[in-house]
Amino acid sequence: MLARYRILLPVISLALLLCLTFWMQPRAMSYFGLNLLFNLAVPIALATIAQMMIIMVNDIDLSLGAFVSLVACVTATWLNDAPLIGVLILLALIASYAAMGAVIHTLELPAIVVTLGMSFVWGGLALFLLPTPGGASPGWIRALMTVKPPLIPMAVVAAILIAALTHILVIRSKIGTVLRGIGGNTRSIARAGWNVTALKATAYGLSGLFGVLAGMALVGLTTSADANIALRYTLLSIAGVILGGGEFTGGKVSPVGAVIGALTLTLAASFLSFLRLSPDWQIGAQGAILILVLTARLLFSRKGAAT
Amino acid sequence: MTSILMGAATLALMAGAVHADSHSAATADKRIALSNNYAGNSWRQAMLQTYEETAEAAVADGVVAAADAFTTSENQTTEQAAQIQNMILQGYDAILLNAASPTALNGAVKEACDAGVKVISFDSIVTEPCAWRIAVDFVEMGRQEVDYLATRLPEGGNLLEIRGLAGVSTDDAISQGIHEGVEKHSQFKIVGSVHGDWAQDVAQKAVAGILPSLPEVVGVVTQGGDGYGAAEAFAAAGRPTPLIILGNRQDELKWWAEQRDANGYETLSLSIAPGVASLAFWVGQQILAGEDVPKDLTVPFLTITQDDLDSALETTPEGSVANVSYTLEDAQAVIAGAK
Repeated sequence: MLARYRILLPVISLALLLCLTFWMQPRAMSYFGLNLLFNLAVPIALATIAQMMIIMVNDIDLSLGAFVSLVACVTATWLNDAPLIGVLILLALIASYAAMGAVIHTLELPAIVVTLGMSFVWGGLALFLLPTPGGASPGWIRALMTVKPPLIPMAVVAAILIAALTHILVIRSKIGTVLRGIGGNTRSIARAGWNVTALKATAYGLSGLFGVLAGMALVGLTTSADANIALRYTLLSIAGVILGGGEFTGGKVSPVGAVIGALTLTLAASFLSFLRLSPDWQIGAQGAILILVLTARLLFSRKGAAT
Repeated sequence: MTSILMGAATLALMAGAVHADSHSAATADKRIALSNNYAGNSWRQAMLQTYEETAEAAVADGVVAAADAFTTSENQTTEQAAQIQNMILQGYDAILLNAASPTALNGAVKEACDAGVKVISFDSIVTEPCAWRIAVDFVEMGRQEVDYLATRLPEGGNLLEIRGLAGVSTDDAISQGIHEGVEKHSQFKIVGSVHGDWAQDVAQKAVAGILPSLPEVVGVVTQGGDGYGAAEAFAAAGRPTPLIILGNRQDELKWWAEQRDANGYETLSLSIAPGVASLAFWVGQQILAGEDVPKDLTVPFLTITQDDLDSALETTPEGSVANVSYTLEDAQAVIAGAK
């Protein structure tokens, strides 16, 4: 019963915020407006899915923002100048994420410490690659991110695609079910004969894959990169997962919810800016929206437990 | 016949009146927004204040319908890109942009241009070709410092160079200008170079560190925010105060006035005025009024000479930077100069 209702609250929060935004800024209620509101949410949604893969196995990733920044730098330099080497670097980055998962599990290290340490490695590599802002987006990524499909804007199509594909991968597929099982009860999965190290590496590898997609999408929108371009994504992605109905323990995650959470966070920032709130208050107000939604969720789940 | 001539004359007069009016009337219903990435130092605070004063007066006079200022809370490019996209949605006609990155906002700037919004970047400019750029000729600033020294010290001598923050393009540009100036005036020789990071305390430490190894120094070329620290270091080392070029900071001006009153000290102070935001505002207004404005404009620096010292010191709040608010006429002069 809970799983079904878990998705309800994120949907309601997004709908409510969307109505308020449309009311304040009727111009947003158009093909063009929706795209402008949500196109920067696409890389955030991908990063949120990446974070969700880690939270799904009961870990947390504090290096995601730095990792996405590094990917953005690779995309804007190597992938643009020498596509083959660029692809190889990106594959190596995904592999190193998988290796990080394996190391965290076999050595029983706390993920929070390892990923925090790795964030400095990613950040250093990004600075090494692009000491000053620059680079250029490969033409095909730029074309993909600015494509104008009929009727529904790119940002909305992309959000629906990401949500649907990851829903199938995480909720419906066999591997997704087992991965969620690791978050729920690692020991039973191990006793059922699964290789937990390999599974953890898979979860981290998937996270790396979505992190890479996030970085590429971001460069497609900004047209160039700098080493600090996505540092906010670490916290945004964690907030997005939680806002979307995910929980820090027990493999309880919702890919659709995570995408909606990312959209809600992006929209909240725009809404506050439409309100003409002073920037000093904006971070606080963003936090207040988060707390409001979480409180609502707590109230609902309490009620659910009581009945 | 006379009446026809009269009529023609009246028409011409009317046309002239309409033309003169077009600068303000054409933009009466236009809305301008300022997108600023950072507000955490005295320069940016002064910039925001000047902008607000200019904008308020312009809105009150009916020159534009609105001129709002927005600052991002975290100085992040993704945040500013979202801010620009929100401004497009809010229906602003022009966006004045002090950018967090020269390149990473190009996507959002392009979106704005495609939506028919004029984007005018200033101070920290963007490279997107569809935007206007009000840039500062920092190389020229470096050159002017040495030119001034050459007028004051025709026989030349040794110079100490204080640089800014390593790795920032502004630092490279000013330093390049100084070295070009030294090449032109070959009686000067740079005997030492330190990084003062545009901060008095850092500059003081750096200069104090290098001073014992230097021969007699006749002049110090600086980048702004470092002249007072250099003077303190010279005084602490017991060496005669050389000719130090200053950078319009209030503490520098105050020190200069004290020295002038004590021993007739003379120098030159130059830097970029935070009021460049008001220049950007008027340039934006001109673009909205349909004027043909070149994409690349250059901001004049604010130079303070011996004669302006007292008035500059009086109008500069403590801990701030000497400022000037640009007017429509200034903007028109800058535009005419770039054509």
